[in-house]
Amino acid sequence: MLGFVSGIDRDLLRQFERVSQQMERMMGLRGANGIRSGGVNAFPAVNLGASPEQVDVYVFVAGMDAEKLDISLQQNLLSISGERKAALPEDAQVYRNERFNGAFRRVVTLPEDIDPDQVNASYRDGVLHITVKRKEEAKPRQIQVN
Amino acid sequence: MSENKHIEAQDQENSAMQARGEPESVMLPPVDIYEDANGFTLLADLPGVTRERLNIQVDGNDLTIEGEAAIDMPENMDALYADVASTRYQRRFTLSSELATDDIRAEMKDGVLTLRMPKRAELQPRKIEVSAG
Repeated sequence: MLGFVSGIDRDLLRQFERVSQQMERMMGLRGANGIRSGGVNAFPAVNLGASPEQVDVYVFVAGMDAEKLDISLQQNLLSISGERKAALPEDAQVYRNERFNGAFRRVVTLPEDIDPDQVNASYRDGVLHITVKRKEEAKPRQIQVN
Repeated sequence: MSENKHIEAQDQENSAMQARGEPESVMLPPVDIYEDANGFTLLADLPGVTRERLNIQVDGNDLTIEGEAAIDMPENMDALYADVASTRYQRRFTLSSELATDDIRAEMKDGVLTLRMPKRAELQPRKIEVSAG
């Protein structure tokens, strides 16, 4: 029985895996994948935006205790780690278990001109928002033409 | 009549959009669903969604969860990298008729929606005590 199930399922799972990798490759064609990007299923999802003044990082990590989020910045590498507890009651009949449960860590490469001393982080409605200011000299300057 | 026309026009617009391959982008939030003696519990990750921007609808046996993430971004920001390309979440489920849909309770905390859906009172299991002896 067990052999039967794992025989079929493993093959099916491998096919799904292949399709998902193909899709990832197809989508990756639009732009090069960063060496630290986590792929389609990485948890938590991260958005990164930059303006001349600052770099904004949005981490979509619902259901966290803000104190249990660990954020560190080493040069221009920002790492976010923590543990999300989303365990389901043991005596219940579980039909779907898609939410991430356990320890996570994501590392994001920021532009090199950030000022590591000017970092701000806030957590609201399940989104961690980290702001890192850019160094003064990096900001574009208007040059007067006489 | 005019209302019908309006709906028709909207349908045409929708199908035209689909034909161009531009369906409105919605995200499917990950969920946990479990059942215990009292009913069902559904948890959904909806980061960025506040209570005000959450819409839960029960129509007969159809449950629809919709939410809009509110994320304030600086106006002159360029996206460098984005896992999340949409701000709309939507997911639908068909409920079982044994549920007391009038008594569904929803709670939103830190972007996690918890929906408790009790079974109708007459369907809740009764514990039968077995006396020792």
